[in-house]
Amino acid sequence: MAILSLKDVRKNFGKTEIIRGVNLDIERGEKHAIIGPNGAGKSTLFHLISGLYGVTHGTIQFKEHLIQNRTPYEISRLGLARSFQVTNIFPRMNVFENVRCALFWPHGYRYSFWHLLGRQTELNERTLQVLEQIGLQDKMHFPAGELAYAQQRALELGIAIASGAEVIMLDEPVAGMSHSEAENAVQLIRGITEGKTLIMVEHDMSIVFDVADRISVLVYGEIIACDKPENIRANPQVQEAYLGEVAVNA
Amino acid sequence: MAFLKKSTIWIAYLLALLVLPQFFNSILAISIYNQMAIAIVFALSYNMLLGQGGMLSFGHAVYFGLGGFLAVHTLIMIEFETVYFSIIFIPLVGGVIGLLAAIFIGSFSTHKAGTVFAMISLGIGELIAASSLIFVSFFGGEAGVSGDRTFGPPLFGVEFLQDVEIYYLAAGWVFIATVFMYLFTQTPAGRMANAVRDNPERAEFIGYSARRVRFISFCAAGFFAGIAGGLFALNYEFITEENLNAATSGRVLLMAYIGGLGYFIGPIVGAVILTLMNSLLSNYSELWMLYLGILFLLTVMFLPRGFAGFIMMHQVAWIRGKLHTLFIPYLLTGIPALILILSCVALLEMSHIEEEVLHYLGLELNPATLLTWVITIVIASASLFAIRLTLPRLRAAWEAANAIPDSEDG
Repeated sequence: MAILSLKDVRKNFGKTEIIRGVNLDIERGEKHAIIGPNGAGKSTLFHLISGLYGVTHGTIQFKEHLIQNRTPYEISRLGLARSFQVTNIFPRMNVFENVRCALFWPHGYRYSFWHLLGRQTELNERTLQVLEQIGLQDKMHFPAGELAYAQQRALELGIAIASGAEVIMLDEPVAGMSHSEAENAVQLIRGITEGKTLIMVEHDMSIVFDVADRISVLVYGEIIACDKPENIRANPQVQEAYLGEVAVNA
Repeated sequence: MAFLKKSTIWIAYLLALLVLPQFFNSILAISIYNQMAIAIVFALSYNMLLGQGGMLSFGHAVYFGLGGFLAVHTLIMIEFETVYFSIIFIPLVGGVIGLLAAIFIGSFSTHKAGTVFAMISLGIGELIAASSLIFVSFFGGEAGVSGDRTFGPPLFGVEFLQDVEIYYLAAGWVFIATVFMYLFTQTPAGRMANAVRDNPERAEFIGYSARRVRFISFCAAGFFAGIAGGLFALNYEFITEENLNAATSGRVLLMAYIGGLGYFIGPIVGAVILTLMNSLLSNYSELWMLYLGILFLLTVMFLPRGFAGFIMMHQVAWIRGKLHTLFIPYLLTGIPALILILSCVALLEMSHIEEEVLHYLGLELNPATLLTWVITIVIASASLFAIRLTLPRLRAAWEAANAIPDSEDG
């Protein structure tokens, strides 16, 4: 059974159809990439799955729960975490606090105002482990907003994975990075999503073909192909609609 | 070690509260301490909203005032023996009322932060202030309501007849309230308030309802504002509509902002500064409110992180052992800056005074003569010139003291 299943999902903004009947099943443990030209609706699809936008029509099932039109925090609590296309962290808090905040809910602290954080040994140790995973342990006292761009992206990944979510959605995780920074980020993504389900939107095709088990091609709000990377590369429809354009631009 | 360091700060704070009346024990001094105590709790509670939770409120005096009114009514009930308990618990009565009011108002006002929240808080503040003049039986109209704290049962022989006895009671509550407000910042709810302040959207994606987080901070702030209102009722034994109107809400905003919103100690600093201005400066000049406004403007323009932020700016230089290198440059710029401020104050006072002679800093200035004005303006201009002359040296010293050595880079 798929861990995430979208059935005839549609999203309109006024009279404009942005997502036009998307059907997609993502298996547990799969690394799935969504590609497509600018304006295809990739980020909108992410927002629908993660609860930022409500769907106009259709269902989204995560594990045994129907999650369409539920709030982001309800979906997050079920075990679905995400990062954003534009860096989305807590800029005035330090790096340690950024990660620790992401651990509160999964560790059962909820809205507690009676647990003193200094005494929560397990929570603090887990925070340090995550910081070590993302390579920011030596920056843990820095205000997050003062980190370099690549470090902020790494921190955002840390916030996304800290909860131990089963499904991690990354929206253009290496956008704006240099080649070497992107290489490091890919290594990091591989490491931290090991054994988890990954859904990724990315424009860098070398990374997509390197990381993904399956690729969905979204064009004008519709999935025109969903297959293994080698089949997607050879698909003439995809070549025509997207990859050809990427090749020309490259 | 960290625990020891933190404990030392708290013990020093408690000792300072306890020994303060031993150094300055005049009636005026004790009265000022009591005002400070009330202002500290009130300003810290406001900081829970704005500094910690990112909620700009123009109506925080509502919780202070409602807590205060119920506290005075409780004093009246004690006087008529309707209820029987020690007056030391009166601030708690204020706190509970502040909390109940915050639960009700917060249930619909914390959906959004930003402009929406600010406007709702302004509306609620005006609504309650207007109501206080309509519902005379509870709020007492313009005259307010008054009680008598001395009717309460004595506590270990203390009848709270003297201001100094009220001071120690207030000091106890200030200490307890400060500890609990600090501890709140060290809990998941307190940290999530910071997270929601920084980025409410992201907070929702780590499992938290931004609205619920705001609501909890809002209720806690209402509770502690109510405690401050209860302390006010005990100290003054009366309360009026003025204590829950927009002017009081504005004053607490100034305290928190001037002190420094980003730091826990900031509102304490702001409360002390504003209480001193209110109590002392008002004795010397009718223009003290103007000076307060100018101080606020200058703080917003030059010290956006408040006085506490200004002190904390020196942390890096302190850690690197270079703080002493700033002393002479500060002195060279500070002296002309002080002269400039005093000259400007003299000009303002001369333009305002109705008497023939202004007694100012031991001098007798005659606003009727042109020469007095010319000399004052020349001194002010010369000071400004001296500041411009010495400022580059201060800037260079500052950069040298804060420069990151090569070994620390990266």
